[in-house]
Amino acid sequence: MSPGTTPLIELDGVGKQYGAVRALDGIDLSVRAGQITCVLGDNGAGKSTLIKIIAGLHPHDAGTLRIDGEETRLGSPREALDRGIATVYQDLAVVPLMPVWRNFFLGSEPTTGRGPLRRLDTAAMRETTRSALLRMGIDLRDVDQPIGTLSGGERQCVAIARAVHFGAKVLVLDEPTAALGVKQSGVVLKYVAAARDAGLGVVLITHNPHHAYLVGDRFVLLKRGAMAAAHTREAVTLDELTRQMAGGSELDDLRHELERDPGR
Amino acid sequence: MTAAAKEAAPAARTTSRPPLARRLLGRPELGSVVGALAVFLFFAVAADGFLRPASLGTVLYAASTIGIMAVPVALLMIGGEFDLSAGVLVTTSALVSSMVSFQFTANVWVGAAVSLLVTLAVGVFNGVMLTRTKLPSFIITLGTFLMLTGLNLGVTKLVGGTVSTKTIADMEGFGSARALFASAFTVGGVGIKVTVLWWLALVAVATWILLRTRFGNHVYAVGGNAEAARAVGVPVRATKTALYAGVAFCAWVSGQHLLFSFDVVQSGEGVGNELIYIIAAVIGGCLITGGYGSAVGAAVGALIFGMTSKGIVYAEWNPDWFKFFLGAMLLLATLLNAWVRKRAEAAR
Repeated sequence: MSPGTTPLIELDGVGKQYGAVRALDGIDLSVRAGQITCVLGDNGAGKSTLIKIIAGLHPHDAGTLRIDGEETRLGSPREALDRGIATVYQDLAVVPLMPVWRNFFLGSEPTTGRGPLRRLDTAAMRETTRSALLRMGIDLRDVDQPIGTLSGGERQCVAIARAVHFGAKVLVLDEPTAALGVKQSGVVLKYVAAARDAGLGVVLITHNPHHAYLVGDRFVLLKRGAMAAAHTREAVTLDELTRQMAGGSELDDLRHELERDPGR
Repeated sequence: MTAAAKEAAPAARTTSRPPLARRLLGRPELGSVVGALAVFLFFAVAADGFLRPASLGTVLYAASTIGIMAVPVALLMIGGEFDLSAGVLVTTSALVSSMVSFQFTANVWVGAAVSLLVTLAVGVFNGVMLTRTKLPSFIITLGTFLMLTGLNLGVTKLVGGTVSTKTIADMEGFGSARALFASAFTVGGVGIKVTVLWWLALVAVATWILLRTRFGNHVYAVGGNAEAARAVGVPVRATKTALYAGVAFCAWVSGQHLLFSFDVVQSGEGVGNELIYIIAAVIGGCLITGGYGSAVGAAVGALIFGMTSKGIVYAEWNPDWFKFFLGAMLLLATLLNAWVRKRAEAAR
């Protein structure tokens, strides 16, 4: 896991203002190939604003954003995708009523034939979906089923496999484990690690320090739109991370919770 | 995972599609096909003249005039939007065509061409207003509906002094335009109007677009989850605007049919038809919230409409009952569709 010389994405003092509200201020962050950068923070800390900047949904208005060392400003999700940044959203990753294979290729559909006969290459789409999922270790019975019939964890996994298949260099995951149970969270984290091992730089947004510490290489803590702390894995323990994340008063409750959680 | 490892997996299968029965059950139009058969059998028994060849032609004609509009309206509904202005837009299209031909030129094709531009412009206006303001399509197209209703009456009176247009039957090109939009031919003793061909062609093209093109994939996506679609790079605004333009194009075809089959156009026509198109699409299995449905379903919905409206006449009942039947059918079809969809998803 040797970090490349230039980070895939580098944020330097990035900020964002919505009207009179400063949603994000002075954020530094770097994402390297084969590494997982975790962004931690409570609800309202500015995690989703940060994601929207990296995903190209909203442009930043302060600081600099560098992709492959080149200063840039993302104007649309399409632009971010073209630069190799794929984002998987917690709740809006998929179109529930569409078959798995149509979801898999949505926005990047392969076609065959020319002129008015130019059409979706449906056979290849089905086959590629199945094999790409299988490569990530997901064995679906039927790629024709509506993706809404899959469990939340499976849907996240399909979205991750999709990003890997389309050659994303950076994978941004918005709270991938937030709505999931313990077992499903474990499955999703496994695929996050698989994406990392495939050489992708991963941004993992979460409010769960346990999940972050299981896979993360770098940790950035957000509080009310500003950076509260930044650590590398070597420089911080899970206890320390949890303490910083929770703040003083809630700490006793949390320690209690931690003690009942075996295997950490 | 290598190919060898893939083969070694115990449950390795080729990409086979699910069995035919389950695929049929999963189709959106299944409910409407069952409904259409039931309506057909009902009137075949209840109405003496229903099975006569001449009646068949009449039923198909009624179905086609609704179907030409129900198909693009269904696509729009799959894309997650409504168009309440679709009914009066047909009239607008006919009026513009007629008035431009009558006032400025001697050739009806010039009027038809101008009408096509105007009608498409209204569709694009709907789409752009919707995607720029982000207001619900119900409000936007209700506004267009009311404005067009007023314009149809107001401008027609202003130009001609009466509520209907002047005859253009003596103009150049009327014959060829009539052949394209309002002719009839006979197949095996059954008189078929050319609108039936327009209808079937539109269903075929719309089905191809929905199931086999990128645009079709985008239509399902913007209706099913517009935010997710945008996040993976689908041009949501362009897709919705194109769908409104599609409705407008079909409104132009319908409008030219009106004009060239009756020669004169009543400026107050079309009000209320927009709901009939929506009803046909919903009976055909389109989900009113978007993201699900088919063009074939909308066509079958239009066929049910045609059979019911003419079947009641052949059964010699009071036509007042028609609306009641339509309402009951809408409720039944929606319930049946919801039930079928639930079963189809549970069976997986």
